[in-house]
Amino acid sequence: VEQKQPTGGEKLIQCLEREGVEYIFGLSGGAAMPLFDALLDSKIKLILVRHEQGATHMADGYARSTGKPGVVLVTSGPGATNTVTGLFTALMDSAPIVVICGQTISRMLGKDAFQEADVTGITYPVVKHSYLIKDGNDIPRVMREAFHVATTGRPGPVLVDLPKDIGQAPCEAPFTDKLDLPGYSVPSRGDPERIETAARFLNDAKRPVLYVGHGAVIAEAGKAVTTLAEKLRAPVVTTLLGKGAVDETHPLHLGMMGMHGTAYANKAVAGCDLIMSIGGRWDDRITGRLEDFCTNAVKIHIDIDPAEFGKIIRPDVAICGDARLVVEDLIPQIEMGDTAEWLKQCEHWRRQYPLKYPKQGGLRAQHVLDRLDALTRGDAIFTTDVGQHQMWAAQFLRARSNRHWISSGGAGTMGFGWPSAIGAQFGNPGKKVWTVVGDGGFQMTLCELATAQIHKLPVKCLIINNNYLGMIRQWQEMFYENRVSGADLEGNPDFVKLAQAYGVKGLRIRRPGDADRILKEAHEYTEGPCVVVAEVVKEDNVFPMIPAGASVAEMLVEKPRHKLAKPTGST
Amino acid sequence: MSAAAAIATPNSTYPIHTISLFVNNKPGVLVRVSLVFSRRAFNIESLVVSPAAEGRFSRMTITCSGDPDTLEQVVKQLTKLVDVVHAIDHTGDQAFETEIALVKLVCALDERTHILQVSEHYKARVVDFGAESLILQVHGSSEKLDAFIELLRPIGIAELVRSGKLVMARGKRIT
Repeated sequence: VEQKQPTGGEKLIQCLEREGVEYIFGLSGGAAMPLFDALLDSKIKLILVRHEQGATHMADGYARSTGKPGVVLVTSGPGATNTVTGLFTALMDSAPIVVICGQTISRMLGKDAFQEADVTGITYPVVKHSYLIKDGNDIPRVMREAFHVATTGRPGPVLVDLPKDIGQAPCEAPFTDKLDLPGYSVPSRGDPERIETAARFLNDAKRPVLYVGHGAVIAEAGKAVTTLAEKLRAPVVTTLLGKGAVDETHPLHLGMMGMHGTAYANKAVAGCDLIMSIGGRWDDRITGRLEDFCTNAVKIHIDIDPAEFGKIIRPDVAICGDARLVVEDLIPQIEMGDTAEWLKQCEHWRRQYPLKYPKQGGLRAQHVLDRLDALTRGDAIFTTDVGQHQMWAAQFLRARSNRHWISSGGAGTMGFGWPSAIGAQFGNPGKKVWTVVGDGGFQMTLCELATAQIHKLPVKCLIINNNYLGMIRQWQEMFYENRVSGADLEGNPDFVKLAQAYGVKGLRIRRPGDADRILKEAHEYTEGPCVVVAEVVKEDNVFPMIPAGASVAEMLVEKPRHKLAKPTGST
Repeated sequence: MSAAAAIATPNSTYPIHTISLFVNNKPGVLVRVSLVFSRRAFNIESLVVSPAAEGRFSRMTITCSGDPDTLEQVVKQLTKLVDVVHAIDHTGDQAFETEIALVKLVCALDERTHILQVSEHYKARVVDFGAESLILQVHGSSEKLDAFIELLRPIGIAELVRSGKLVMARGKRIT
């Protein structure tokens, strides 16, 4: 029987099947029609979104929660430009997504055709790599390369732009596993000599700290890091995105460090004589003022991306490689550490500066999140949006396992939380998935309520509603004489009614005493999505806080009485 | 972008660096490379792109100035690009460097003896001898070209085109 020659579009979709793709998050349009048509004959499930930005965050949430690449399919022009925020978000947080865009026909490229945009040109700064396919025979190789580049080394977003005529024409090229990437190599094991040097430093340290970043999550290094911490008897701190690599309830875990990290984690970092980054990139939210950051401590840096060495911090030892493999190679060279005094000091800080919040004066986000932590005990995937609720969630929701905490860290993209949870739920049908969002960010991608509802996804959305862009209001209160500008979200809808308008279950928490009951009801609801609106006090602040560009010594554990200078650090 | 103009830029407090890149010969590679510089507000002083010995690769020679720490980061970010096979900063490694320049002078007959004397000293060739103008071709180190051009400036340079610096590592070292 002679087989029908597939079109370029069909070939591309078959390539996705070959890569093991289960879901495509997408929105159609004229230039993408050959691809959407091919999807009808594919076992890949199309998740039709309501806005392309949502598709990118869904793919991102899917990717971060499963470790598998997330795939997006959109049309040319505005369809493609709507993915820019999602590409940027994925690039900043090293998430493997592949975005496929329909494009106008080849001969109209650059001629201002309807919905024609220079998509590869627009997206250069926000992708790990990208392709504009000019020859249908390149499709199998390009797709294989796209997935290879997106998922290996330091993962990141890859964009593929496919002109409509190439999608419609027959494609003769066979599938291939050959890569033509002479400029791309993937580090794996670290250099043995450097690992030996690092081990020597670690064995000599009296006050070591292991600083765990997103690289440890991506490399699944958590188990190895835990073993290393236990052998060395060293405290562990994490970045916002490193949460979950090591169980946060482990006795050696001091929680999140940095701008809104726990005071005891920051005290440990400030007081250490050695700090080892395992897949962290010494972000400005972590280091504060560089001149004062761990000035006398030995710095070891493990990263799969050699461009990170010396970018912010000049490490004493830099080890390029996969975080899990490097830590596993370190462990046999580590001697039982003599750190009893140091651990005692860290425990003292933990008792002296616990996370706290006022128990009176109405419903507080911290209380709701504290109760959510008690309810779920880590047995749920959490995603967040960006702002005050994100920091409170990071403080009070203790991640117990890898890939169970997902947040937009580097980009700080509002609108990320809700769609990323939808993507995570598709990737993890057997798990409870919660997103914690603010009233501001939720409204940027709330149209995806329809996407969740149509699939009866049991994903839960906790809206911390203070009717403000709360983090902005906090900074204005603290650093701008409380001159609140552009932060009051007067005009917010009734979010319960809004959910109901989409056919989604809506619940509301008004009083602290209601939190346990309502959260439990939402947690156990499995027939579809559920929105829980926590109507929290309007003006609350996140503490501890290290003002941007300040040093750890300037950490505020509560509202200061004196006027503060405007921060000098990045945003 | 011109090397001559670079002398007046504030960046010139830093030494000029010469970076060679071995890249895929594909559309878009030049944009990806130049974005690494522009993101850090680095001005490219000169840029030469040409096919490598094997046609699927290209050579880029880029000169720019900037603080050494940021430049080190630029080279790392260039290396990170999927289309870049390697990027090497040749500053201070005694690589062979050369550049070619074409200078057009609109000059009266009585000025020509002086011009030809200067040209002879710099081993420049007259490649177009017109009734009202001359085109001189000179090659050598960028510093030599700078000196030659400065000597001609009082006469009045009508047009100046420089190739940008070319570099090749000596011996078995790769460029």
